[in-house]
Amino acid sequence: MGQIEKTRLFQGNEACVAGAIAAGANFYAGYPITPSTEIAELAARKLPETGGKFIQMEDEIGSMAAVIGASIGGAKSFTATSGPGFSLKQENIGYAMMAEIPCVIVNVQRLGPSTGIATAPAQGDIMQARWGTHGDHPVIAFAPSSVRETFDLTVKAFNLSEKLRQPVFILLDEIVGHMRENIHIPHQDELEIINREKPLPDQPYKPYDEEKEVSPLASFGEGFSYNITGLVHDEYGFPTTDSEKTKKLLSRLQRKIDNHLEEIILTEEFGMDDASLVVVSYGCTARSVRQAVKMARKNGLPVGFFRTATIWPFPYEKISAFADKTKTLLVPEMNMGQIFGEVERAVHGQARVVGLNRFDGEMITPDEILQKILEVI
Amino acid sequence: MGRLAKIHEPYEINVKNEWCKGCGICVGFCSRNVLAMNADGKAYAQHPEKCVGCNKCEIYCPDFAISLGGLTDGADRKDKVISR
Amino acid sequence: MWCSGCGNGLVTGSLLRAIENLDIDTSKIAIVSGIGCSSRAAGYLNFQTLHTTHGRALAFATGLKMVRPELTIFVIMGDGDAMAIGGNHFIHASRRNIDLNAIIFNNNIYGMTGGQASPLTPQGEKATTAPYGAERNFDIMKVAVATGATFAARATTYHLPLLDKLIEKGVKNKGFSVVEALTYCPVGYGKLNKKGDATAMLNWYKENSIPVEKCTTVDHEGKITVGIHHHQAAPEFVEEYTRRTQGVKR
Repeated sequence: MGQIEKTRLFQGNEACVAGAIAAGANFYAGYPITPSTEIAELAARKLPETGGKFIQMEDEIGSMAAVIGASIGGAKSFTATSGPGFSLKQENIGYAMMAEIPCVIVNVQRLGPSTGIATAPAQGDIMQARWGTHGDHPVIAFAPSSVRETFDLTVKAFNLSEKLRQPVFILLDEIVGHMRENIHIPHQDELEIINREKPLPDQPYKPYDEEKEVSPLASFGEGFSYNITGLVHDEYGFPTTDSEKTKKLLSRLQRKIDNHLEEIILTEEFGMDDASLVVVSYGCTARSVRQAVKMARKNGLPVGFFRTATIWPFPYEKISAFADKTKTLLVPEMNMGQIFGEVERAVHGQARVVGLNRFDGEMITPDEILQKILEVI
Repeated sequence: MGRLAKIHEPYEINVKNEWCKGCGICVGFCSRNVLAMNADGKAYAQHPEKCVGCNKCEIYCPDFAISLGGLTDGADRKDKVISR
Repeated sequence: MWCSGCGNGLVTGSLLRAIENLDIDTSKIAIVSGIGCSSRAAGYLNFQTLHTTHGRALAFATGLKMVRPELTIFVIMGDGDAMAIGGNHFIHASRRNIDLNAIIFNNNIYGMTGGQASPLTPQGEKATTAPYGAERNFDIMKVAVATGATFAARATTYHLPLLDKLIEKGVKNKGFSVVEALTYCPVGYGKLNKKGDATAMLNWYKENSIPVEKCTTVDHEGKITVGIHHHQAAPEFVEEYTRRTQGVKR
């Protein structure tokens, strides 16, 4: 896929598969669910072209398990789903976090809860991405707002997943997933591709070394005998209930994300210097916001645009950095307000935070955003 | 697994006390009443001379706690299996 | 970690003897287990061991087998692990005939959590969640054969030499091989149903089992049939997938 020189029309879901393959993905296990099914269909067709493998499992729980199993076998593996499937995968996602097994999970969000409207866009799974699985755990979740960015963030998701031995989410939505844009896919050698660190053969192998933030990961079949479990485990992966080891393990799992915020948190902003109102957005909604902010600025309104491509870990510091220089933050979301509270936390009362929420299956239009800007500025 | 009771030095029956949970299976399965439970509730060879080396105690121990020394192939296989 | 007299150690011993007799290069062996008493065996074994989530061992193993077909993979599960919560993955691994060796430690209950009923608790028997007698149970051999497994065999912890052989034969079968090892739970199931101690339960197996080959002639109602219940080769899933996607070009 990477050898395409000229730009061409790509669907968002298609760009996701292209990004995965460019990142070196060679295994997909999934289950059909609107609006993500194109990802499964393309993975089924494309992966064998580069020696990869595809399997449609009996359900999403099995899919997530197979993704982890394949990664343990040395594959770069991913899966795609939507709300209902994302719910079913949560337990095994938690396993991948605890056992530190690299994998990428794409959630093409649709209107929920429950079956909701399968073909309608929404951004209602933000908190599920953060706390869907039980227990304290860190999360990395990206939210692309264009077809090209879907490609780029998929590559980044695989790279971070391999580097930090952490499952990484891509929170697409039905709009970005199904829309088509003319995009240029970078040439393969323009891309930085990261692979998991491998242990040295002649040394004792610690898959969960307490001295390291992230340990090398040996693949099954490479002759290293060790244990992988979802139980709290010691440095060799064997079960332990020792409270000191438990604290060290869970703290390390959190630390390995917190120490890389710089690299993980990606944002875009313009018109911030004189902004008395900043619109904070992500995903498909950011497309309408971009248009609305441009229209507002053309009418001489001091409005800033702040978009985050990284939902988790949330860009608290970046937001609090400009919060005291502006009066109002407007947070449009296609849900009842899921990053709204996070923005408030980042702002610490230094500015007013106003929501603009649609949860009826329709996009928030630029005019609606402009209307709200005029109302609250 | 049966062996002809030939005249030979008695089989060496080793019991790893820290692994034995006193379940009594070896005692129940020994066809020559060689084994019994001691005061601590651990298996031991009460009549080692009666042992015919049938190896049932070793195979039917759920905790790998009893093994037959002097049983040449058994000894090799035991070490191979346990200590790998 | 198993209770005194628990049969899980016996099945584990049988698995180890089978592995040794097959003389497989240990770097080519992986043990994938679910959650429950028997699945903790993985933590005691010096191979590449993967202790997964409850009911999902076969799905994890499917992903591993697809990318590492050269591995001999044993999937250790309990009866509830494999046939209750794991039922959907069991029937599809069986349908696919993927080369995995499912070793089901069937102790007729959920042991780890203290003896609750499972789909394999004999109807009418007692369990902590079936104080008035368990509901209808099914037969793993029938489910395995009906869903496509190409090798299905059963033994009990009394029939250990047979169990060793069945595991070995299962490994040699290129496809989904199910070996059900009936292993009593003396603490949960045994006490509640007054089956006596471990030795008594082993002898109960001896008295109440019958070689499956003999079943046609003799009425075996209520008896445990042991031996190979089904063995018929069929194309193996990963080999088929690899063959069909061979030479696929961009």
